[in-house]
Amino acid sequence: MKNFEYFDPTSVGEAVALLRQHAGSAKVLAGGTDLFLRMHRRALLPDVVVDLKRIAEFANLSYSAQDGLRIGATVTHGEVVDHAAVQQHYGALATAANWVGSLQTRHRGTVVGNLCNASPAADTAPALLAYGAIVTIAGPDGQREVPLEAFFQGPGRTALGPAEIVTALRLPPPSGQRGWGFARRTRTVIDIALVSSCVVVQANNGVCGEVRISLGAVGPTPLRAMRAEAVLQGQRPSAALLAETSRVAAEEAHPISDVRCSAEYRKDMVEVLTKRCAESALSMLQML
Amino acid sequence: MKRLITLTVNGTPYEVAVEPRQSLLQLLREELHLTGTKEGCSEGECGACTVLLDGITVDSCLVFALEAQGREVVTIEGLAQGDQLHPVQKAFAEYGAVQCGFCTPGMIFAAKALLESNPHPTEAEIRQGISGNLCRCTGYVKIVEAIQAAARG
Repeated sequence: MKNFEYFDPTSVGEAVALLRQHAGSAKVLAGGTDLFLRMHRRALLPDVVVDLKRIAEFANLSYSAQDGLRIGATVTHGEVVDHAAVQQHYGALATAANWVGSLQTRHRGTVVGNLCNASPAADTAPALLAYGAIVTIAGPDGQREVPLEAFFQGPGRTALGPAEIVTALRLPPPSGQRGWGFARRTRTVIDIALVSSCVVVQANNGVCGEVRISLGAVGPTPLRAMRAEAVLQGQRPSAALLAETSRVAAEEAHPISDVRCSAEYRKDMVEVLTKRCAESALSMLQML
Repeated sequence: MKRLITLTVNGTPYEVAVEPRQSLLQLLREELHLTGTKEGCSEGECGACTVLLDGITVDSCLVFALEAQGREVVTIEGLAQGDQLHPVQKAFAEYGAVQCGFCTPGMIFAAKALLESNPHPTEAEIRQGISGNLCRCTGYVKIVEAIQAAARG
């Protein structure tokens, strides 16, 4: 590995100043499970590495009924999996985070870091989209917030400017009873998703209130299947309606074929998995 | 370019000069000569380099040595209490869950972490729990049996 200069700032301002000073030649280090590997393989050769783990506020993972869930920039997948409020109020996220890599990787890799790599297959992305995650960003011009949908701009591309860092994710609190389903297909236990789907449904007196359906690894970014959401929203669920919802979700997927599987397989699996996720969500709400 | 860091390994404080590009694994093996921790794939796939960093299992090949500043590391050399092997170590010895032994230090930490979060795992849960650790001898059956025995106590 090429040598580099290592900084471990203790404040957000310091981190942003370092990135600004070394614009173009600095990389941000959170868990390092991706960055270390890329540097090891010489796919990335930064002159400067800015480690965020000494910034105390970034380690914050907290929930309140008023503000919802806050996931700081250096919170690991393992911490999210084990967090009682995540399990209780954001079940699909806890389940999805538990699919990431091995236990050792989950102990180290961060949710925010994973999103910043902007892989279309990022395991937690569909759940975070379904829960309406908002990305908080700090940079030379201060703070700003971006919905997660707008944060992803393509494979490996995000809305982050050169000296900006994600400080946290914000997930709005649940406004009533929610059911959810998350499903994922993979080759082996530890591999990136071939395709994944997540459905979150809000109950509203026997009909579906807000419905969120999101898909992973079937487009250049993780995406929301908004036409499929509209099929179910405001309706009393039925088998025929679920079939229609998942068929529309598959239409909204535009996957590619690669070494892992074909585009046709991915599209078919979107239909199968989305149906199962919707069934799971509605069974939790005893609406099926 | 080297930077001085302090860390605790197996209860002993150390002060070591490391280069930014060095991994925690290299620090342990090459600077501290604690060669019980093994280098397998160096890509975070095989788990042979698993150690405890502030009490949780990590692949030390994917941690920069500098990140260990002020932290506490436990390697396989530090797991036994004097002559008393850790119960998981004891079970691995009793059940012959060791062939070439290369994966064993990492496997023992993975098993220990699993049993601490789930003291009575099913076989499927054990296999899931050690899925970040590869045994090239493919001696998984005895490894699973040893973990089941350690769980029985």
